[in-house]
Amino acid sequence: MNSRDVILGRVRRALAETGHDDTPYDQAVERSYLREHGERGVAETVELLAENLADYRALVHRCDADGLPGVIAGLLAERGSASVVVPPGLDESWLADTDVTRVADRAETTPHELDRVDSVVTACAVAIAETGTIVLDGGPDQGRRRITLVPDHHICVVRVPDQVVSSVPQGLARLAPERPLTWISGPSATSDIELDRVEGVHGPRTLEVILVGTV
Amino acid sequence: MSGTFVGMPAFPKAAHEAVHDATLRGNLRHATHTIRSKRAKAVAEVSDWAALREAGKRIKDHTLRHLDRYLVQLEESVTAAGGTVHWAADADEANRIVAGLVLATGESEVVKVKSMATQEIGLNEALEAEGIRAYETDLAELIVQLGKDRPSHILVPAIHRNRGEIRDIFAREMSEWGRPAPDGLTDTPAELAEAARLHLREKFLRAKVGISGANFMVAETGTLVVVESEGNGRMCLTLPETLISVVGIEKIVPTWQDLEVFLQTLPRSSTAERMNPYTSTWTGTTDEDGPRAFHLVLLDNGRTDTLADEVGRQALRCIRCSACLNVCPVYERAGGHAYGSVYPGPIGAILSPQLRGTASEIDASLPYASSLCGACYEVCPVAIDIPEVLVHLRERVAQGGPATREGNKVVLKPAKGHAAERAAMRAARWAFSHPGALRTGQRLAGRTRRFHPRTLPGPGRAWSASRDLPPVPAEPFRDWWQRTRGGKDAK
Repeated sequence: MNSRDVILGRVRRALAETGHDDTPYDQAVERSYLREHGERGVAETVELLAENLADYRALVHRCDADGLPGVIAGLLAERGSASVVVPPGLDESWLADTDVTRVADRAETTPHELDRVDSVVTACAVAIAETGTIVLDGGPDQGRRRITLVPDHHICVVRVPDQVVSSVPQGLARLAPERPLTWISGPSATSDIELDRVEGVHGPRTLEVILVGTV
Repeated sequence: MSGTFVGMPAFPKAAHEAVHDATLRGNLRHATHTIRSKRAKAVAEVSDWAALREAGKRIKDHTLRHLDRYLVQLEESVTAAGGTVHWAADADEANRIVAGLVLATGESEVVKVKSMATQEIGLNEALEAEGIRAYETDLAELIVQLGKDRPSHILVPAIHRNRGEIRDIFAREMSEWGRPAPDGLTDTPAELAEAARLHLREKFLRAKVGISGANFMVAETGTLVVVESEGNGRMCLTLPETLISVVGIEKIVPTWQDLEVFLQTLPRSSTAERMNPYTSTWTGTTDEDGPRAFHLVLLDNGRTDTLADEVGRQALRCIRCSACLNVCPVYERAGGHAYGSVYPGPIGAILSPQLRGTASEIDASLPYASSLCGACYEVCPVAIDIPEVLVHLRERVAQGGPATREGNKVVLKPAKGHAAERAAMRAARWAFSHPGALRTGQRLAGRTRRFHPRTLPGPGRAWSASRDLPPVPAEPFRDWWQRTRGGKDAK
């Protein structure tokens, strides 16, 4: 007997003496928890997102669509970045005001090569206000997971208010499970030294979030 | 390599030594008190905490009740998404599978995401025996590995170390494993984190095989979830060509929607954050993004035995947040090593004796490593009634009785060392069912109370070594009740 059959057999014997239960899944779990916490208008939700991002040490910037290329160019210049990774589907106009060297997100690039790039600019799939979270789903304007991991400086553009939801339940409902997801809440951090939070370990140590659009 | 838990002394002996270590007690007190108040604040932010806790409990109970069905569903969906599923009945089998998979890639080193399951099965030691070096990449696991130490906390395995000790370990040991610590390293947490970043970077960038656990597996979609802070998880999950995840069979949730409960309760309970910095989810493999090969090793190793116990099975709801450790007065004083398992604290005291059985001295002593104060139950985000299971396991140790080991029903003999306890209970039962004898005995005890010793002799000595004997009243309650007609004539 293979281990699959052994384990499944053990599970069935372990449950045999417990009374039969055919409550369907959707009735077995009462979901009386809230879909979102508190009542907010659109502008307040965006404001909460900005607050919670900043609370976990993300640098938050706001602008309208016309101002975006200037803001991105300014952030790259301020950082002194010489190169930036660009996902294949990123709106070209976003980088119109900067002459920093573009590095394409390609499968052949080695992690070592990626490690020599200064910054990365991406869009996101959804942003969650209550937790200060941005979620990437590997879409064409976000690229492979590793490009937002290896470079030390990540600029992430969130279209407000369309991409902003209030809560984790609302965020999950918008995401596709079959895509590889990365949920980001502030720059890399650790609580491993005396259970106190310190920013900056392996992921990008600087996370800048640009909320673009008007509400 | 790091130490193991084999041959650990019973909890009282290990704890006795630990409480005399002033540095250890200071470190634990500082860390647990820091996190306690932060957790309370993070939980208070969500008004529906009680409803989330109840939903989490029910999702896990429902899943466990139909675990066979969900395991088969998970296997189908992971396979459909391009992954390969392996089944491991015990630690040895899981280690053999993983070592075989690594050797098949031709590699001799792997990078690891922090994982309780791989700690539990002693994977690093097993890989070492096959000539494979496993690098721990979580900061706390790195501290433990470099310090040739044992983990003492579920979330922060190096919680017993303060910043000065960590500095010394880094300065002394990093050069043995790769890039040395920077010259003049100080003990500021930011500098220590930077040293770990530099040390591990080269390992991440060249790694071809990553090994992880998972916080959740979604049966309907085949998705695995890893919740982390530092980004070492993302490194191990996305840069290598091969990813091997070793996950306990109880980590399943039925649907994608179920994550909405646990992604709210887990971060707030563990690191006391609204959300941890990074959460990764993956479903099989993705073309040209991340590992090309994904292997899932489903681990039993005592979980089905635990499932067979109707009271004890609730321990399998655990999402490894470690909130129960942080509030436990016993853990705070004894520290994690005294529990003789990778699962310390209150949850360890009910999990280890169920996963491993109660045959060893340490496992038989763990259900007693508690004052039954109930703080652990109160903070548990999936409402595991830890005191209830502790008492249930005490009964099993002292009295023996039916249990399941490796899938077989067995009848346990009463443990040694509880003979005096059992004799006392038998005597009590006899006395309470013979009112005349009880009355005589109580009066005699009342009259001789001036001569009572302050500690018990013989086998009772261990009990009274850390407790005061209750004083015997001058007049038994029953006599007082009769004399005063139920208190009406009381002076």
